[in-house]
Amino acid sequence: MKRAKTYAGTLTVVAAMAATTAFADADDDQLVVNGEIEMVTEAAAPEHLEYVDTVYSGWRFRSDETQAFQMDDFDNPAMIFVEKASEDWNKPEGTEGKACASCHEDVENLKGVRAVYPKWNESAGEVRTLEMQINDCRENQMGAEPLKYTGGDMAAMVGLLSSVSRGMPISVAIDGPAQETWEQGKEIYYTRYGQLELSCANCHEDNYGNMIRADHLSQGQINGFPTYRLKNTKLNSVHARFKGCVRDTRAHTFKPGSPEFIALELYVASRGNGLSVEGPSVRN
Amino acid sequence: MQLTRRDLLVMGSVGMGLTALGVSPAMASLTDDEIAKITEGAEVGTGDLVVTAPEIAENGNTVPIEVSAPGAAMVVIFADGNPTPAVATVNFGPLNPTRAASTRIRLAKTQNVVALAQMEDGSFQKAMANVKVTIGGCGG
Amino acid sequence: MASGVKPRVKVPKTAAAGDEITIKTLISHKMESGQRKDGDGNLIPRSIINRFVVDFNGQNVIDVTLEPAISTNPYFQFDATVPESGEFKFTWYDDDGDVYETAKQIAVS
Repeated sequence: MKRAKTYAGTLTVVAAMAATTAFADADDDQLVVNGEIEMVTEAAAPEHLEYVDTVYSGWRFRSDETQAFQMDDFDNPAMIFVEKASEDWNKPEGTEGKACASCHEDVENLKGVRAVYPKWNESAGEVRTLEMQINDCRENQMGAEPLKYTGGDMAAMVGLLSSVSRGMPISVAIDGPAQETWEQGKEIYYTRYGQLELSCANCHEDNYGNMIRADHLSQGQINGFPTYRLKNTKLNSVHARFKGCVRDTRAHTFKPGSPEFIALELYVASRGNGLSVEGPSVRN
Repeated sequence: MQLTRRDLLVMGSVGMGLTALGVSPAMASLTDDEIAKITEGAEVGTGDLVVTAPEIAENGNTVPIEVSAPGAAMVVIFADGNPTPAVATVNFGPLNPTRAASTRIRLAKTQNVVALAQMEDGSFQKAMANVKVTIGGCGG
Repeated sequence: MASGVKPRVKVPKTAAAGDEITIKTLISHKMESGQRKDGDGNLIPRSIINRFVVDFNGQNVIDVTLEPAISTNPYFQFDATVPESGEFKFTWYDDDGDVYETAKQIAVS
């Protein structure tokens, strides 16, 4: 009985895949932003990946029309939010009367930062996301209130930092003191959650390139975050997307900024080591 | 997993089948009414007017479209499956050489984007493009 | 004034007389359609940019009437002929009566 069921299931899958060959896998398009930033959207998988040979940016799974939004900064609506963040960058806040620019001066000085986050922070003894580091600056350097983890101002600031690193290879460290957090993230990635009993891997490793209803599944890479979604016309942060995914498995989700999502972010980021920093990207 | 994935795929193919059935003729008449108001019974032909839109929109909230209407003074754009079909009216001034414009529009479901152009001699042209709007799995 | 509204335009800085140039414009605006309901089931009132006009040295290039079916952050791309040096004037009209303006100079050789 069990065998028969599995066989029937396989047939359905084969038939469905044949019907959607037009959508299968990543496409062959090349991403160059503003005619000058050449993005690596396909790379040999990092050594630690056991079941995937090639990693692809989510951009390669989108339609030509959605892809075009990201190829020019003027066409990319995410840049509205980046512009807003560049104003915030120079705006003094908090008891110290400091702005981001007071210490870091030009935001270009933080070029490369987005590529290596999440990152182990030695003095704090923890892995930190970019959002955590931004709030650490706000609270301890500026004497300002922390920003809401997945709020618009935070997503915009991460978008600004990401924009100056575009084209650089993602290269998060997974060894040394970060290893324990990375292992925890990997454990979460392969754990089935929710009433649908789906792990991240079930969709984004076993089935990328296939259709989930009418949606073309990507590898779930986060090199393009924060991302402007045509769906909600705002910048979306990594943890907000994680929350959406886990919710879609009909599970109680972890909270944005929780140790679980921090660990998952480190692990998922490491799956994209070698892809370019693309954020702020545009997705559907 | 096998069961779940099969269920998802079956649901997917049913959904796509329904989508393929396409346009609702009942809604198209709202657009026809609007067009009749503008043309006041004048003949509507075809010509160089072209509507360019994606065959499949990944999200109906932001769909890039272009109307190209060489020789037109005005183009009125409709989405014939939206609750209110009107999208935009584009008047071209003397300094507009190509009589073309691109924008981004909202489409409530799979439907036609219809353009009615009034040429500089007062005659009318009509063109349309069908856009399949997908309801995503997790994306939608 | 609706919050967070900011116009952006992209115009070449120079051109030859009679050139056709491409202009891109985008204004950050939520374009509330008037069709949506809030958490309590009340209709959220319509609040959109309803008209967009571009002139060059007083002559019209494009004049658009926008309906709620135009997406959030209205975007337009179109061409213009530039007979001489001068100024493009861009004007957006909001439902709430506000008018947003910006201008770009172009040098024609």
